[in-house]
Amino acid sequence: MSVGVLSPEFDYRTQCEPVRARFAKLRSREVALSVEGLGKVFRAPDGREVVALKGIDLDTHRREFLCVVGPSGCGKSTFVRILAGLETASSGIVRVGGVPVSGPGADRGMVFQGYTLFPWLSVLRNVAFGLEENGTPRREAEREARQWLALIGLESFAGSYPHQLSGGMKQRVAIARALATRPRILLMDEPFSALDTQSRARMQAYLIEIWKKIDITIVFITHDLDEAVYLADRILVLKAHPGEVAELIEVPVPRPRSHDQMLGPEFRATRARLDALIHPPKEESEDDPVTPSLVTRMAPAGDEVE
Amino acid sequence: MTADPAHSAARAHLLPSAGEGSPRSGSDEGIAALSGEVAIPSPASLSKAPSPAEGGGLAAPAKARRRSWIGVAKPLSPRRRITLTVLSFLLPILAWSAVSYLPFLWHPLVEVSDPGDVAWMQPGMRLPKAAFAEEVASAEAAKSAPPVGRAANPVYLPAPHEVAAAFWTSLTAQPTQRDAIRLPLSLWHSIQIIFWGFLISSIVGVPLGILCGAQPTLARITEPVIEFVRYMPAPAFGALMVAILGIYDGPKIAIIVIGTFFQQVLVIANTTRRIDPLLIEAALTLGARNLRLIRRVIVPAMLPQLYRDQRILLGWAWTYLIVAELIGTSSGITFFITQQARYQHFENVYAAILIIGLVGSLTDIALAMLGRRLFPYDRSER
Repeated sequence: MSVGVLSPEFDYRTQCEPVRARFAKLRSREVALSVEGLGKVFRAPDGREVVALKGIDLDTHRREFLCVVGPSGCGKSTFVRILAGLETASSGIVRVGGVPVSGPGADRGMVFQGYTLFPWLSVLRNVAFGLEENGTPRREAEREARQWLALIGLESFAGSYPHQLSGGMKQRVAIARALATRPRILLMDEPFSALDTQSRARMQAYLIEIWKKIDITIVFITHDLDEAVYLADRILVLKAHPGEVAELIEVPVPRPRSHDQMLGPEFRATRARLDALIHPPKEESEDDPVTPSLVTRMAPAGDEVE
Repeated sequence: MTADPAHSAARAHLLPSAGEGSPRSGSDEGIAALSGEVAIPSPASLSKAPSPAEGGGLAAPAKARRRSWIGVAKPLSPRRRITLTVLSFLLPILAWSAVSYLPFLWHPLVEVSDPGDVAWMQPGMRLPKAAFAEEVASAEAAKSAPPVGRAANPVYLPAPHEVAAAFWTSLTAQPTQRDAIRLPLSLWHSIQIIFWGFLISSIVGVPLGILCGAQPTLARITEPVIEFVRYMPAPAFGALMVAILGIYDGPKIAIIVIGTFFQQVLVIANTTRRIDPLLIEAALTLGARNLRLIRRVIVPAMLPQLYRDQRILLGWAWTYLIVAELIGTSSGITFFITQQARYQHFENVYAAILIIGLVGSLTDIALAMLGRRLFPYDRSER
């Protein structure tokens, strides 16, 4: 915490020249995904209407890396599921490359939080699945799938089955499978949250490498704020009840990114801003009291643990 | 299998001890509010800080270490498994042998070997012990030759060796009576009835079940009525089926179809609904649609469970067989059983029932082994 003296001085909106240039370049690219007045209302089992998302507007440019964060219950999963076409919006419109979305489609790939590789198919056939579904003959699909496996460095596991892979490998294959159909947008719903800290850091680096090599726009849902700052060009912060846009943050951390930047002023300032947006200090003390309560003592005195 | 003793001791340590002899028993000072730092020092903590391993003065009485026989099941060692499996068959056989071979155990009857001078008795006849003793007493009183016999069980409980012999001869020997039917032939007939009944049911029931599981509208328009029909006992349709399909194999197959089909649709629809929805969503985002989605994702995802369902349903089909074969002209293994029972050849009846059990369980074991081959990725049945 000794470095903490830096962050109050640094404004997260300050951008150095390369970062500013990068955002200018991003904005000059065409819009890949546009969301207009998106809203979602659920009907709870008891008949009440619950507003999950309300009036979300967003334009994402081609090859942008967008992270979506928010407190639990802010509807970020619902948001990405609507983008994927797995759920329908109650209001508003989602356009991919100018075309309104009306269901799942090959222009949007998706990587899920859980492991969704098909356990009865080999790794190779998992990656080839989407290609085959979109009309590529099996032989050609498998040839292409092999190239994707090479890209993620898992060629030697082509014949293995998902249950033989580690969690990180499974998610890498899932990424390759989602990318194989050449979507414009890759939607990722907390894809690394089931992994341990080390493999998560490695997967983040992998993802950046893949993203650099492929013409793809990524929308990445996470609840890990460090992950969001490390990965994103911009971070869409949602607030809960109802799920509305709290802020759209342009991350000032220059690229290429590395985990070492986490101690830098840009990173820490952005992180502090996210913390302030997602965990307002007032609410925390009310919702989640950690102060010792009047608990009956059942240990002898003089036997203290701290 | 047992609770970790250190763990349970530690837990006991946390509980306020109520055992007699404890320095804190009977005093409400034992439980003190944390707010005022008024925890009562126990003698142990005054003298020295008690290490968790000792815990002596505070540990609950020894009865807290009771062993639990029920818990999360752990696999048995292979040796133990085999021993227990053998025992599970051996114990009933031993009980049966004991009842059969130890005359003092049950044997409520006397089997006459020599009627003596009692006019109405015949060799091989079985009568209650009391009645036999009466005849012996009256014969002795009349100074005529008393009947001779030995203790026996009722005719419906043959000894294991008699059933074993019947089992062997019914499989190998030619029948002694001309009109008698041979067991292998009748069994083969029954197997064919099962096969056709189960096949017809599955051809319609499996696809319908999968469609119902995958499509809520279809499920809602079919499942309520299927649920209703399911409660009608299949044999109740017997007379109707005879009227429609004649008296031979038709109605028997129909009973098996009726008994299996409705359960099958519901069971398989439920299995379909239990597929991980993420797999289906992943397939949707990859472009799979409708029938291809069913063929390439839903069916493979449920196949191991579908296979298990079918094995259980096949067992049900066997239970409907016996009733089905009594409908119209009696046939198959049921005809064999009823015919042999009429002749009081109960050893043959047991042999036939055993064969049904044997065929059923051998089929199931074979299917289970095949299943492990077919679905190497299925981890739920290991």
